[in-house]
Amino acid sequence: MPPAGVFQKGASGRGLHFGDGPARSGGMSLTFRLADTTLIARPSGALFWPEAGLLCVSDLHLGKSERMARRAGTLLPPYETRETLARLEAEVEATAARRVICLGDSFDDAASLDGLEEDDRLWLTRLIAGRDWIWIAGNHDAGPLDIAGTHRAEVPLGPLTFRHIAEAGAQGEVSGHYHPKARLAGKAWRCFLADRNRVILPAFGTYTGGLWCQDAAFAGLMQPGALAILAGGTVARAIPMPR
Amino acid sequence: MERLPPALSDWFAAKGWTLHPHQTEMLARAADPATLLIAPTGGGKTLAGFLPTLAELAKAPPKGLHTLYISPLKALAADIRRNLRTPIEGANLPIRVEDRTGDTTYTQRRRQRADPPHVLLTTPESLALLLSYEDAPRIFAGLQRVVLDEIHALAESKRGDQMTLLLARLQSLSPGLRRVGLSATVEDPPALARFLAPNTGILLADPGPAPDIQMLETEAPPPWAGGGGRYAIPAILEQVKQHRTTLIFHNTRAQAELFFHDLWLNNTEDLPIGIHHGSLSREQRERVEAAMVAGQLRAIVCTGSLDLGIDWGDVDLVIQVGAPKNVKRLVQRIGRANHRYNAPSKALLLPANRFEVVECKAALDAVREGTLDGEPRGPGPRDVLCQHILLTACAGPFTADALYAEVITAGPYAALTRAQFDATLDFVATGGYALRAYDRWQRLKQTGETWHLRDPRAAAVIRQNLGTIIDVETLKVRLKNRFGGTPLGEVEESFAATLTPGDTFLMGGQVVRYEGLREMTVEVTNQPGRDPKVAVFNGTKFATSTVLTQRILDIFQQPRWPDLPAHTAQWLALQREVSRLPDAETLLCESFPHDGRAHLVVYGFAGRNAQQTLGLLLTKAMEEAGLAPLGFVATDYATLIWGIDAVEDAAPLFDLHALQDGLETWLAGNAVMKRTFRASAIIAGLIERSHQGRRKSGRQATFSSDILYDTLRKYDPDHLLLQITREEAMRGLIDFSRIEDMLARVAGRIETRRLPRLSPLSAPLFLEPGRIPVQGMGRERLAEDAARKLMEAAGLA
Repeated sequence: MPPAGVFQKGASGRGLHFGDGPARSGGMSLTFRLADTTLIARPSGALFWPEAGLLCVSDLHLGKSERMARRAGTLLPPYETRETLARLEAEVEATAARRVICLGDSFDDAASLDGLEEDDRLWLTRLIAGRDWIWIAGNHDAGPLDIAGTHRAEVPLGPLTFRHIAEAGAQGEVSGHYHPKARLAGKAWRCFLADRNRVILPAFGTYTGGLWCQDAAFAGLMQPGALAILAGGTVARAIPMPR
Repeated sequence: MERLPPALSDWFAAKGWTLHPHQTEMLARAADPATLLIAPTGGGKTLAGFLPTLAELAKAPPKGLHTLYISPLKALAADIRRNLRTPIEGANLPIRVEDRTGDTTYTQRRRQRADPPHVLLTTPESLALLLSYEDAPRIFAGLQRVVLDEIHALAESKRGDQMTLLLARLQSLSPGLRRVGLSATVEDPPALARFLAPNTGILLADPGPAPDIQMLETEAPPPWAGGGGRYAIPAILEQVKQHRTTLIFHNTRAQAELFFHDLWLNNTEDLPIGIHHGSLSREQRERVEAAMVAGQLRAIVCTGSLDLGIDWGDVDLVIQVGAPKNVKRLVQRIGRANHRYNAPSKALLLPANRFEVVECKAALDAVREGTLDGEPRGPGPRDVLCQHILLTACAGPFTADALYAEVITAGPYAALTRAQFDATLDFVATGGYALRAYDRWQRLKQTGETWHLRDPRAAAVIRQNLGTIIDVETLKVRLKNRFGGTPLGEVEESFAATLTPGDTFLMGGQVVRYEGLREMTVEVTNQPGRDPKVAVFNGTKFATSTVLTQRILDIFQQPRWPDLPAHTAQWLALQREVSRLPDAETLLCESFPHDGRAHLVVYGFAGRNAQQTLGLLLTKAMEEAGLAPLGFVATDYATLIWGIDAVEDAAPLFDLHALQDGLETWLAGNAVMKRTFRASAIIAGLIERSHQGRRKSGRQATFSSDILYDTLRKYDPDHLLLQITREEAMRGLIDFSRIEDMLARVAGRIETRRLPRLSPLSAPLFLEPGRIPVQGMGRERLAEDAARKLMEAAGLA
């Protein structure tokens, strides 16, 4: 095993260890190492930790359209929750995850859970059942949530720490919050940002936008040599993080 | 009959002015409910529109608003305010005139609502905003007259559709309101009259002398393909020298930029010349406009941004570079020369390539014979109606019956059924989704018979989003700080995304080098002397009108072409000998090998957008037929497809149902549809406009409208907004209706000519750039070399 936090291409040398080819569904994933663990960036924008059977997604923003309507905004097509759940279910099944961590901002606000359509709520409950499901609090859904699963501010697991917003100086950190995106070939892609200390996940929710990698918010967080792993296509593709 | 008040007639007499007959006639018709005045540029149209107002106000100035003047341009409103001041102050009339646009200060706007002037000059967007306030009934209760300037321009867009709905609203608030529309020459005055009001009288002013318009013939013949007309720069400079001020119109911004660049390099006498188009920064445009008004410029290279009727001073020559594509626009552009009534306008047409020689000839004939063109606009779009319902709700509670009755008095919405109206109202109130999700959070609620906003806080957001102009997302371009940080203009975000540091492109006539993106601004440095690597951003591409197309086909049918330049006449004669010339009754296709590939040309003459759509659909059909197409390129008159296998008979490819099916599939993921959807969703109030400030602060919360489009297509494919999007795209960028028209016209007569080599008429298609061209000088020379070789191969050189 290569030392923690160093990207490996093949067995030695700096660079990227390219992953184990097609996952069982959802196209070509990309494997990388962080804090001595092997992690898989999936084209869906989900992160999988095979050793722990753990699937991690961030910023689902369930109930976004309902919240906008409630706050006298526009009436968006009310289908994003089922679309997000359908993709999440597909990821859970494809990876056979025993444990799921939602990295915060899972709901667009504290009241969004109450606003879910009955069908969507049942669907979510079925997904949670029989799995170790952890909800990490985000800035949108900080309050206690009335839904099955464990509710935590942050979760240390072995060498990794899962939290909503990245903290300066952290090591082996997995976080979300920023919705990073990058440009390639004239198109915007949701992306993971990864360096030797941390990985920041893209937003998994359907109705979410993004923050360009070049934004000042990332400058202090990401080390020189950080990568952007583009999601949203059929292949998870790494490029040097645009700065 | 309204008479000129003595104060005014004395002042006119003192000035030695007499009224034109149509100005007197407007006074005579002052009491009519609606009048459409059609007069040429320089005919004193605006004064004609205001004379009844001045007469009524001079007699007894009432308190409050008497006349509303609406123009499509902010600048025009300010211009008119200055022009009205002359007679008002001259005749010492107690009349208060003010303008109100997006540029008016907040305090001024508040004061105008509390104490409106007699005459308010404004734009459709500012009027929409005024009508959305609760006190609109009070402001407009005494309104007597409304004057719509440049109504022909408004009528061609959604701004016009919205305008008619606002007029219907005004009429309800002030039933005695009289409407006046002021228009340049149009092809179908009765249609424009219906657009203005249900019972509109038409007043045609003397059109003045026929314009002096010719084709500019040059020593060098025009190139075989391409645009821009740069081959004629010496001839054009010569014309500029011979005239006081010349306007040089181009069809696209990119061509204007390239042309200006070359004109400047050839401008050895340092004549003062400028460039003006919509992508330049406001500061730059205003500088050019000011110099122009002051008579300091000898020539201005411009695009449609100079089309509308601001008085730019002493223009004595208009040059149209490239085929005008549309006769009406040409006539209106020509009207910019000699802004004096009864003096003929002088104009020159410059064909940019050999085929455009024929197009220019067709346009000249049409102008001489007074035939104008225009595509009927079709029924009023429902996204605009959605916005109007929201606006109405902002102003106060309404009933569906009353609003429907009001809406169908607006010309474009006269045929709107109650069911369509109800579906639109349902969309605005509940979202109109198959999944009824928003029972608790409806946007509009019904109490008894009346509808009202559920949450009054929504009004502020709705007001911010009023208007039907949708800007493409653009980024500002400025020189890097150490070069002064001067703003140069704007480029589309999608264009900026294709740039890598070091790329050079043209902006405001200078070559600049892309340095990077900094806080949503494109930073560039000056690179004088370098060839631009990338052409500019997309400009509007107009499709050739049906009228012009028909005339071109008619010219083709002439036995000989004595009035065309010899090079062009020979070219057509050879095409007739080798193959045949297309006509309106048959769809001509040519199939021939060239350069190791099989080629198929379809001469549909359906306009660029439709020919492009046809290319997509035909290649799809060929793919399915195993004909291995490799690519295609489209122009206004033909589509050229190349592939591995030859098409023996093209007729089976044109099955209308198969084409329609193909269209449906293709539309699903199409960028054109997504762009159309975005525009309609903004107008209909489904998504908010992105405001510059919010974009800068990051966009985690604002997500792409493409996501909404994909979600709707997947879960709610019959949703009203998708219906609207389809209707829009079919009429606009995809232009499928012209394919249908073309296929109906030829009624199955599809002839495939198998030829041993490329035909003369098809040869220019091989030089047509597929996308917006990348046009460095070297490339231009290469193209000309390639052109010569192709022409030799076709037996033409």
